[in-house]
Amino acid sequence: MSYPQNHTNEDSVILTEKLSKTYEGIVPVKAVNQVDLEVKKGEFIALVGPSGSGKTTLLNLLGGLDSPTSGSVIIHNQDIAQLTKNQLIDFRLRNIGFVFQAYNLIPVLTARENVEFVMLLQKIPVEVRNARVDQLLKEVGLSEQANKKPSKLSGGQQQRVAVARALASKPQFVLADEPTANLDSKTAFNLLDMMAKLNEDEGITFIFSTHDQRVIERAKRVITLVDGSLESDIVKEVLVA
Amino acid sequence: MLAQLAWKNIWRNKIRSLVVITSVMLGIWAGTFIMSYVFGMMEQRLSDAIENEISHIQIHHPDYDADNDPVFVIPQSQQLLDLLDEDEKVDCYSARVLAYGMINSASTSAGGKLIGVNPAQEDKLTNISQFISSGEFLDDTDKNKIVIGKRLADKLKVKIRSKVVLTFQDVDKNIIAGAFRVIGIYESYNSSLEELNIYLNDKDLLRLLGNGANHHEIALLMNDSKEVDAYSTQLSSANPGLKVETWKELSPELNLMIETMDQSMMIFLIIILVALSFGIVNTMLMAVLERVREIGMLMAIGMNRTRLFAMISLETIFMVMIATPAGLLLAFTTIEYLGTYGLDLSAIYAEGYAQYGFKPLIYPTLGVDYYIKIVQLVFITAILSSIYPAITALRLNPVTAIRKI
Repeated sequence: MSYPQNHTNEDSVILTEKLSKTYEGIVPVKAVNQVDLEVKKGEFIALVGPSGSGKTTLLNLLGGLDSPTSGSVIIHNQDIAQLTKNQLIDFRLRNIGFVFQAYNLIPVLTARENVEFVMLLQKIPVEVRNARVDQLLKEVGLSEQANKKPSKLSGGQQQRVAVARALASKPQFVLADEPTANLDSKTAFNLLDMMAKLNEDEGITFIFSTHDQRVIERAKRVITLVDGSLESDIVKEVLVA
Repeated sequence: MLAQLAWKNIWRNKIRSLVVITSVMLGIWAGTFIMSYVFGMMEQRLSDAIENEISHIQIHHPDYDADNDPVFVIPQSQQLLDLLDEDEKVDCYSARVLAYGMINSASTSAGGKLIGVNPAQEDKLTNISQFISSGEFLDDTDKNKIVIGKRLADKLKVKIRSKVVLTFQDVDKNIIAGAFRVIGIYESYNSSLEELNIYLNDKDLLRLLGNGANHHEIALLMNDSKEVDAYSTQLSSANPGLKVETWKELSPELNLMIETMDQSMMIFLIIILVALSFGIVNTMLMAVLERVREIGMLMAIGMNRTRLFAMISLETIFMVMIATPAGLLLAFTTIEYLGTYGLDLSAIYAEGYAQYGFKPLIYPTLGVDYYIKIVQLVFITAILSSIYPAITALRLNPVTAIRKI
């Protein structure tokens, strides 16, 4: 195992500098503490650590869902702390895909409509939209289930739709918070396979927060957080090499 | 896209949405119907007042109204009547001789307004003969005969062919009396008139008053009610020595009621809609709060605040827009049916209505412009009702909202 080296800013997707988040209260909690991180295009990263180590908070900061107490998050050369609320929402729409632990699909829309929804927000023309939805549903293996509502899909299928939705806007990277936590082993394995394939074939950058050993094993890079601080950052290919 | 999502969101909880839609529909129906009921009642009252009581225009001596002294007659009233006869704008008229006095029966006495009329003219103007419930109305040849209201007859304990004595002042301020026989008893929708007005032949009253052949009052109906004001002005200019008044001046309280009815009914409708809006806000707030996680997700994946606000507002507007045509259609059907066949409240409120001159059979009516106003008000209510739930959604923090169980 070794720490990543020779990272340059040119192909960076995400760059954090002394990123910190403190939750104020009777006892202030440093959820993320001075994290310096660089994520390159095409990486497949597992963010690991014990409960309360700051994994979700770090994902929220990287996704612009939460604002840092100090430090910065630079995505595609844009410091997202400088953006207004509406600019940030628009930035997320165009640059970041989200996959949530509880799938969080829109229950009144079909699988197809859920995937299409993000592109509708982006005002993508209907022909382009239809072609991409077809392609994404095919990639996640749900072409046959396209017109089913989430309630008619299994947990694994719903999470596949969530992945397809996250990819619909052609984001810079996908953030997934415990994506396999609610799935059984087989389903989780299939989902990871699918995401790994998308990473390999299309070079999509994935960052997962996870406790799941299966996810950790499939990751190309494993970042460990303890008490909000970066404890280790291991690139497996380097190890294999 | 937002509209499609908003529409689908409405039907997530069908029962709840249908309850809101039904309550708004019934509110609109009730508000619209009550408006039509009151307008129908007012129009009927106005129509009755004009057709049976005060007419479009009345002409008096300028001093007559002050203390109803019989000396103040319309000079050369016949010349004026001849002119009215030739005027195509005038539908009909009645020239009256008036006096205030007492009517005495064998058992008791009461005050009354003696109205000396040309029976044919009066009947054409006020349809008085249609109100006769026993006996008959006057005839030109009748002498010393009177027609009184049922209430007055009951009070005096008289019936058809009973003898009564009328006592009043003549033009020389002498008290004079005449014996009359009751030949007709009328029943009016207006209890106060029924107790007050006593009809007799104008020749009888002229003879007793001793004021020649001149009348105290000329009441007339126009062919076109829109010309009343202009014709009144024209008559005033042509007869500067006379007091010419329209129904608005003769019955200012009726005019005030008509003039303010529009605002009153709109205020009434607004009160109903404000009450309904609380129900809408409550429902939409529930709909937002049970979707906190989903709204957080929508904000996370890129739905901006404007779109989120629009989506919540559209959900509210859609529900109200379903309810509005249904409510208006229900109201329209009710109004059309009752406008044709009438709403008969005689079994419940006949006495109360009669005291204020209203008929107990109401024909609801509502103009198209009011339907448009109602739609506008309901639309404004829907938009206002959606603001608070939408703002509540906007205040959500996506980070905490997504984790909401």
